[in-house]
Amino acid sequence: MIRKLVIYILLVVFALFFLMPVYVLLATSFKPLKEVGLVRMWFPPNEFSFDGFVKAFNKLAPNLRNSFMLVIPATLLSAVIGSINGYVLSKLKFRGSDFLFALVLFGMFIPYQSVLFPLIRFLQDIGLYGSIWGLVLVHVVYGLPITTLIFRNYYSEVPTELIEAASIDGAGIFKTYLKVLFPISLPGFVVVVIWQFTNIWNEFLFAVTVTSDPTKQPITVALVNLAGSQVVEWNVQMAGALLAALPTLIVYILLGKYFLRGLLAGSVKG
Amino acid sequence: MAEVILEKVGKTYPNGFKAVIDANLKVDDKEFVVLLGPSGCGKTTTLRMIAGLEEITEGTIKIGGKVVNDVEPKDRDIAMVFQNYALYPHMTVYENMAFGLKLRKTPKPEIEQRVKEAARILGIEQLLDRKPKQLSGGQRQRVAVGRAIVRNPKVFLFDEPLSNLDAKLRVQMRAELKRLHQNLQATIIYVTHDQVEAMTMADKIVIMKDGIIQQIGDPYSVYFEPRNKFVAGFIGTPAMNFISAKLVSEGGKTWVVKEDMKVLVPTDKAAILKDLVGKNITFGIRPEDIYDKMYAVAPKEEFTVKGSVDVVEPLGSETLIHANIHGDDIVAKVDPKSRAAAGQVIDLVFDMTMLHVFDPETEENVLAGTHENAQPKM
Repeated sequence: MIRKLVIYILLVVFALFFLMPVYVLLATSFKPLKEVGLVRMWFPPNEFSFDGFVKAFNKLAPNLRNSFMLVIPATLLSAVIGSINGYVLSKLKFRGSDFLFALVLFGMFIPYQSVLFPLIRFLQDIGLYGSIWGLVLVHVVYGLPITTLIFRNYYSEVPTELIEAASIDGAGIFKTYLKVLFPISLPGFVVVVIWQFTNIWNEFLFAVTVTSDPTKQPITVALVNLAGSQVVEWNVQMAGALLAALPTLIVYILLGKYFLRGLLAGSVKG
Repeated sequence: MAEVILEKVGKTYPNGFKAVIDANLKVDDKEFVVLLGPSGCGKTTTLRMIAGLEEITEGTIKIGGKVVNDVEPKDRDIAMVFQNYALYPHMTVYENMAFGLKLRKTPKPEIEQRVKEAARILGIEQLLDRKPKQLSGGQRQRVAVGRAIVRNPKVFLFDEPLSNLDAKLRVQMRAELKRLHQNLQATIIYVTHDQVEAMTMADKIVIMKDGIIQQIGDPYSVYFEPRNKFVAGFIGTPAMNFISAKLVSEGGKTWVVKEDMKVLVPTDKAAILKDLVGKNITFGIRPEDIYDKMYAVAPKEEFTVKGSVDVVEPLGSETLIHANIHGDDIVAKVDPKSRAAAGQVIDLVFDMTMLHVFDPETEENVLAGTHENAQPKM
């Protein structure tokens, strides 16, 4: 009994500890500018104000749009290509397919700081440097190892007989994917979409190096620039951070329950 | 419908493993052929080569007179029923059955008519709108068969289709498949490791072991005239008894002898065995050819053997006696009135007209082809 009590007290203490920054974020974002300061940092706002949000939104709206323009195509493309890769690497084994898969995985372990310079030179050469589409390309390529891995593992759980039945029924490689495999890929897609959406949305380094024009930058970069140089309006800053975090939160809240299910697909027989 | 011919077919995997070696087989039009053998014997690989799911490394396979070695599965005009059914989980029963026809651009009214007809034959008309996961094992099985039927293929291939069903359903589906074969007049190649399935359904049984075809024959001939010890031991439950013994000539007669066990070989068989006199043999006799002396009709001393009873298993219609004869364990299927009990020594009478003699080296059946009972019993 006492053991249990101790455990719960500890859990609550840790929870509070982890939630501290969130509390400060929320409290500060709803304060008017005059209330913001180190002294009153831990107090809730005396008067609720949406000034911070209004200002942050006005400033960040174009970048928010940029972020969506980046994340949606990049996520969908990397998911679809990863799914096709996963199909080929798990079900259409060919000579050297395992080696190829190992090579693809290797991409996951390359620290991306190390490829920044060649990457930017390459983007300049193909004329996509400085644009959202350049960033889309970067994220699609960079996301392929993980999306391929997730889909390959997901498809290894799909009985190969299903593919064979389709081939006897008269479906070729593409028809088999489209009509048989793709329709049962939803759990895989949910995992990959959440993963890619969150990662690409939150990503900063590629964004700041590939896009220099503020009107083309995604929200993570713009958020930093929001700070300005003389006075930091912390309520605006916090509200902006909340705005920037909102889409990933929503995606996770909406799809989260499928996320674990998808990750566990196969390990627990349904 | 068409015949299937395998000529010197072999399958060697890239790692050098030979799954199938020099397989020669002719499946006649409208014939129900069962490939039978323990797991790893190459029967499924053979079937998959016929289906085109596995590359053929040696020999040729012909379907309907046409060599299909390099023909895609979809162009071989075959249909296959898989062990785990492999139904498309996102499609309804109707869509599952119609899928192959749709891909072949069959006109819609014809698809509908053929699916409905197949559903009627299989008694699954009320399930057409369901998804596979809403079906029981037996129903899924029927859908899988239905998916094959609608295609009206030259050859049906079944890969252990009943092994995922419970015992009762398996017996029921066994009869249904046999009836279906009679109604459809289709060529069927069926893989199983269950010799009862093979015996009950097949026109022709192909017994395989270690990638090699051991024997091809109808159920009666593989049962009564097994070509070697493997086939003899594989077909029949309980399995044939094997006793390592010696063939001895004494008083102008030939006897199977092991210590104080001494049984007479009938004259006609003795004539065939004369070269083996004085040599070691493996003596085989089926459990149902052994009788409890108490209930044997006119038992003779020269066919009687003493065995010490280990276990008695009454099954109602018959009783199985597990006994030991000088180190060899045997099973006798005797009259249920037998009151033999564990620990006793009892007299067992062998029906020596049904004896089998195997060469201990080659394991070949020396007496293959000599049993008049190889014909259907009236």
